[in-house]
Amino acid sequence: MSFLRKKLDALKKPFGKGQKWERYAPAINAFDTFLFVPKHTTHTGAHIRDAVDLKRTMVTVIIALVPALIYGIYNTGYQYYIQTGEAFTFLDAFIHGSMKIVPMIIVSYVVGLTIEFIFAVYRGHEVNEGYLVTGLLIPMIMPVDIPLWMVAISVAFAVLIAKEAFGGTGMNILNPALTARAFAFFAYPTYMSGNKVWVSEASNIDGISGETILGTLAAGGNVNYSFFEMFQGAVPGSIAETSALFVLVGAIILVATGIGSWRIMIGSVIGAAFVGILFNLWGANPLMSFSWVNHLVVGGFAFGVVFMATDPVSAAQTNKGKWVYGILVGVFCILIRVFNPAYPEGVMLAILLMNVFAPTIDHYVIQGNINKRKKRWASALKTA
Amino acid sequence: MSTGIRIRKGASINLKGKAEKILSDAAPSKTYALKPDNFFSIVPRMMVKEGESVAKGAPVFHSKEDPRIIFVSPVSGLVKEIVRGAKRKILKIVIDKKNNESVAHKIPSTKSMDRKKVTEILLNSGAWSFIRQRPYGVLADPDITPKSIYVSTYASAPLDVDFDFLLKNNKEDFQNGINVLNHLADDQVKLAVDNSFSGFFEKIKGVEFLSVNGPHPAGNVSVHIHKHNPINMGEKVWEVRPEDVANIGMLFSSGEFSANRTVAVAGESVLQPQYLKTTIGAELSSLTDVSGYDDTVQNRFINGDVLSGTAESSDGHLDYFNNLLSIIPEGDQYRMFGWLPFVDNAIPSLSKTSLSWLFNKKGYSVNTNMNGEERAFVVTGEMEKVFPMNIFPMQLLKACMAGDIEKMEALGIYEVIPEDFGLIDYANTSKIEAQEIIKEGIELMIKEVG
Repeated sequence: MSFLRKKLDALKKPFGKGQKWERYAPAINAFDTFLFVPKHTTHTGAHIRDAVDLKRTMVTVIIALVPALIYGIYNTGYQYYIQTGEAFTFLDAFIHGSMKIVPMIIVSYVVGLTIEFIFAVYRGHEVNEGYLVTGLLIPMIMPVDIPLWMVAISVAFAVLIAKEAFGGTGMNILNPALTARAFAFFAYPTYMSGNKVWVSEASNIDGISGETILGTLAAGGNVNYSFFEMFQGAVPGSIAETSALFVLVGAIILVATGIGSWRIMIGSVIGAAFVGILFNLWGANPLMSFSWVNHLVVGGFAFGVVFMATDPVSAAQTNKGKWVYGILVGVFCILIRVFNPAYPEGVMLAILLMNVFAPTIDHYVIQGNINKRKKRWASALKTA
Repeated sequence: MSTGIRIRKGASINLKGKAEKILSDAAPSKTYALKPDNFFSIVPRMMVKEGESVAKGAPVFHSKEDPRIIFVSPVSGLVKEIVRGAKRKILKIVIDKKNNESVAHKIPSTKSMDRKKVTEILLNSGAWSFIRQRPYGVLADPDITPKSIYVSTYASAPLDVDFDFLLKNNKEDFQNGINVLNHLADDQVKLAVDNSFSGFFEKIKGVEFLSVNGPHPAGNVSVHIHKHNPINMGEKVWEVRPEDVANIGMLFSSGEFSANRTVAVAGESVLQPQYLKTTIGAELSSLTDVSGYDDTVQNRFINGDVLSGTAESSDGHLDYFNNLLSIIPEGDQYRMFGWLPFVDNAIPSLSKTSLSWLFNKKGYSVNTNMNGEERAFVVTGEMEKVFPMNIFPMQLLKACMAGDIEKMEALGIYEVIPEDFGLIDYANTSKIEAQEIIKEGIELMIKEVG
């Protein structure tokens, strides 16, 4: 360890204070602090600090994403092989999926981190860890056959417009990963919807039936999957969103470590279930009569609620606000699914919509606290 | 009469090196120091020069804003040095202890005592400096009558003292001090005691008891005021530390300024953590000569607790108010891959991304490492978990950073002082310096609103 440390210190020398590459220090620091927690000591305020930092927080989210990612890679291969009708093993499916998805992840990280590094150097602050999560989320919510250059452009759009334009990590209004998906969705609709994009190399296979469940329902068709298949996730869809089971594993990791807000997750489920039950009672079309329980496990609902809606920066920040925000995400998700067949996947739009309203929700929660205090002041003046 | 205050949010961090209940005398200290910075927002005007002799209780400097507020020498001797920093700011006045002269004050009989008399004696003797005022934690304004006076005998910070033990030989002085303070406010002194064990304090007369229960910051006066009778705009509340109540009591029984300070020397680096009797401003070495400390490692000496105290060099002096000297190892080492969840579990963590709660039994070893780097506000909800007041801490911090005075007022800046954000400093993921931000916010409030 001390050998590596010495090497690193020697390497960092030209980036030190007053040295010629001082400006680029954030870039080398990002690599250094990836290996070692720095030896900085406290100088103002509390003399001791908690072991948790933003790196640890973000890495925990990545760990929570891994089960869904691995299943997503497998499912990509699985969907391909059952459509072609070839015999295959788990490994075959996994390798086929990896060939598709690993390049997307690499493109996402390379493009996104390059922009992050440039902004860190330009602004003179350290590289924030937020993109480690965003960069993994973006490929996980894309259709498998989206060309890599579209991934790159979506990533660039999300990081530049959704994040850096607002001041960088911690300042953004919209969730950057969802912004990337929304950008791709509206810029390249033919690659983002229909029945040819959800299965790997679907355009090369004849007689494909690779429609997503929600797409089928929106078109008025019948769904031939059982609840368990939908829950387990062996269905066509964006890469890692299909398996509610493995998203649930991630949710348990996030809630147990205290990183993800259980208030938002439970709130969303309550909101979606409530609206789902109402529509079930109404039952005017296949989407309405689609059981509310199934609504919770199909499409991106589970993935969005667990990993996107809980993004602390773009969600509501007060505890009461988180309940309201969560419930409304659930409500709007089902509303959009049912009433807007052009966008069968409602969760993306529901979360982006609520991202915009999160500061308003917080405003009213905080205003409640302020009004209480001012009322107390007024009554104290009266009695005085 | 007693009011219960029960706190759920917060955290008591159990550290190694808690002071044992042994009370002995500190080694003799050659010099004593007064530090104007110990009195928030006071600008000092010197009343003595270097080389002049001062008796115990003789004025050394006064407040520029209110010359009636004087700060007196804790011992008799010669003014050895006036240490100045940048822009000639006075950092400390060092007094070489010599002979035993002291200033005597005439104390009228208890019957003829009234608010005016008490104020006059406190101001003339220099003991006024023991009384601090909320909002802001500045020294009390002699011209007003406070809504209430609070005394907290429940110290909840890591390694903090047991005031029942610390004041066991000063029960009468404490009662006298309470009687004196009761002249200053319209209602009785509010005495906060530990609800599980209040010791001799439960026999104190002429007070309203606040029976406090819960983790740190349950001992903070801000929390007591907030739960008992929160400060409204324009109201003033005073606070006196328990040992200073006894010091005031002694002043009124003996006629001499009393500068007693009993200090618990604690922390992992201390060889024999214990309570030592000394005087305000004594050299730290006079304490560590008795308690000893591990000098094979780099240590940090902290006047106060590890969350809100001030760092001091090993050859420095005690601060004015602290009953605790914490000594912990510095943490200037690298930790490889230390950012992974569930590694380095020996470091105490309130986050569930660490298994440190399994290692709580014997107390934690801590050092001064940041355990990460400062980042933008990202994680939400974690500050609220350690902040037991009905105030939005993150929003208040942001208002302070933006310098938005109206917002700061509305969000409760009058009800907090920096030490209430000690645990937030400690616990927040982004390593935001919350106490510093609040301090700057309060300075802005004093400048703009007064």
